[in-house]
Amino acid sequence: MKKFSVHTGLALPLDRANVDTDFIIPKQFLKSIKRSGFGVNLFDERRYLDKGEPDADNSKRPLNADFVLNQPRYQGASVLLARQNFGCGSSREHAPWALEDFGFRVLIAPSFADIFFNNCFKNGLLPIVLDKKIVDQLFNEVNAVEGYTLAVDLQAQTITRPDGSTLAFEVDAFRKHCLLNGLDDIGLTLEDADAISVFENQWRDKSPWYFTLPS
Amino acid sequence: MAGKTLYDKLWDSHLVKQRDDGTALIYIDRQLIHEVTSPQAFEGLRLAGRKPWRADANLATPDHNIPTTKIERSRGLEGIMDPVSRIQVRTLDDNCREFGILELDMNDERQGIVHVVGPEQGATLPGMTIVCGDSHTSTHGALGALAHGVGTSEVEHVMATQCLIQRKMKNMLIRVDGKLNPGVTAKDIVLAIIGDIGTAGGTGFTIEFGGEAIQSLSLEGRMTVCNMAIEAGARAGLIAVDQTTVDYIRGRPFAPKGEMFDKAADAWLQLVSDSDAHFDRVVVLDAADIIPQVTWGTSPEMVAPVTGMVPDPDQETDSGRAENIRQALKYMGLKPGTAIRDIKLDVVFIGSCTNSRIEDLRAAAAVVKGRKVASSIELALVVPGSGLVKKQAEAEGLDKIFIEAGLEWREPGCSMCLAMNADQLPAGKHCASTSNRNFEGRQGFGGRTHLVSPAMAAAAAIHGHFVDVRDILLETDRAH
Repeated sequence: MKKFSVHTGLALPLDRANVDTDFIIPKQFLKSIKRSGFGVNLFDERRYLDKGEPDADNSKRPLNADFVLNQPRYQGASVLLARQNFGCGSSREHAPWALEDFGFRVLIAPSFADIFFNNCFKNGLLPIVLDKKIVDQLFNEVNAVEGYTLAVDLQAQTITRPDGSTLAFEVDAFRKHCLLNGLDDIGLTLEDADAISVFENQWRDKSPWYFTLPS
Repeated sequence: MAGKTLYDKLWDSHLVKQRDDGTALIYIDRQLIHEVTSPQAFEGLRLAGRKPWRADANLATPDHNIPTTKIERSRGLEGIMDPVSRIQVRTLDDNCREFGILELDMNDERQGIVHVVGPEQGATLPGMTIVCGDSHTSTHGALGALAHGVGTSEVEHVMATQCLIQRKMKNMLIRVDGKLNPGVTAKDIVLAIIGDIGTAGGTGFTIEFGGEAIQSLSLEGRMTVCNMAIEAGARAGLIAVDQTTVDYIRGRPFAPKGEMFDKAADAWLQLVSDSDAHFDRVVVLDAADIIPQVTWGTSPEMVAPVTGMVPDPDQETDSGRAENIRQALKYMGLKPGTAIRDIKLDVVFIGSCTNSRIEDLRAAAAVVKGRKVASSIELALVVPGSGLVKKQAEAEGLDKIFIEAGLEWREPGCSMCLAMNADQLPAGKHCASTSNRNFEGRQGFGGRTHLVSPAMAAAAAIHGHFVDVRDILLETDRAH
């Protein structure tokens, strides 16, 4: 997994509550059997004016100039500022894959949907929950100041604003450890393979009906 | 010490290891697999040289990309016209063969929507932990199993380790007291709940649904309720095990047989929350207050009773909420104050993991029997949840009722719930849909979804706009 320690990047405000994973990456792009290449179709239905298809040449498609992702001042953004319940809906990991592939490394919102939140950490993407009032403030500042960047330090759990002031954030200790070190969860879990086998044998003795095969 | 909730019991019985950092290793009894969220997981195993921990804990079936017309289906894989979809379905076949996983492939009579197939095969049992790379895995909680959706990285993790790294959720109880009125269904209950607590109301919780109205539901109705727990933000929904659960499971292919079944059933019937269990949040609804529900917006919480109207954002005091309503109405092409019954429809979709089981089809057929689909309806689809549901429906003659009324009778799959196959809602068209999500573009680019129960969708098909299905049922009663 990709490591994450510090990141400084241009912030982009996506002013919309309950952004669902269909909005992040529409279903037709889920037909891919690969993990990469989803960035050009991030927010596809808003970003372009026509309907996207997996094999389309996206460079020829008409852009929706009103959509924040297409505005010149936000080109190169890597910190996404979002509203509450970001990432709700489907469990598709294609949503964090698309955000990461596009170039986002940090997401900041007052709340995230559970499955999406969890999926981000598996892909070197750091989702940060901040108080709604602070997020409102950040939206105001990003809108007011062109080139507004935020510096995120995962080890210190701080976000530094352009004026030098810092905001603290919470992060789960295990997820922080995995992100900082780019650790593969499967490898970590398999260190407990013996404990899993012991559990499994006891469970099989106690509840053999979970181990029967179809007749 | 306070008693345990059902969720506490399921958690405790599957706890392999509690780690110091607050995470836990939870043993997973069953993984259900479909073609969309698994290819990258299998590829991950291959790249790392790993094998499934317990191949027989997995069951696969393709559903999202599967065509639903008879002619396409008769040609098997070659009948999938979109080459990208065809590769994805073929990749599932290849992966299951390579890793020794049982797959009910697209030509198998038992194929269907993974969340219909699991319980139908008895692959979902009470007291199990279940995952699937699909958020509607919450469905299986209806049988008293701890079941939730995971991303592809976790699909791979469970394949390789038979475990999931989890942090325990909080406990929420949603109690629906009293009896439902005639014509009001499980779908209306869960839409009313989401309207009440919001799409993020259950975030961080496992929701147990209880109370007389829930206990009175059939197992299929319970699945409809748990299916949409995720639409309230909860990864898992649960319903206590009772005799209805045990009776449903008996005789299913994966279920234990004979003496082992009786022993299992005794254990399963203990899977209820203790009377003194603590819930972090309790929400109580009165079943008598629930009337058939229709969504008007682009989030399942944007819902109103069929007797109600589309809200006016200018009347909304919260500015954020007002803006959400404005965005939704713009997308939906609806004006504030429009009566729900005046919303005209172009398409009707009866299907999805929420409402494609035999009882759903019976409820829809009862409404359309002897009637005709309104001439303004351009397309009305009935898509059974599995090959076995289809077979049962045909044995009961439901297919003929639908066809005579002017609805199309299709082959099983996810179909227009998310439109990954050819069944897509055209831009600007309004659809009465029995599915679970009314997000922008969900059923097709620019499509406008209204979530309803199967009976409400059927009634809408007949009239070309929403009607209160309770009026139709009265009419039917009078006629008989």
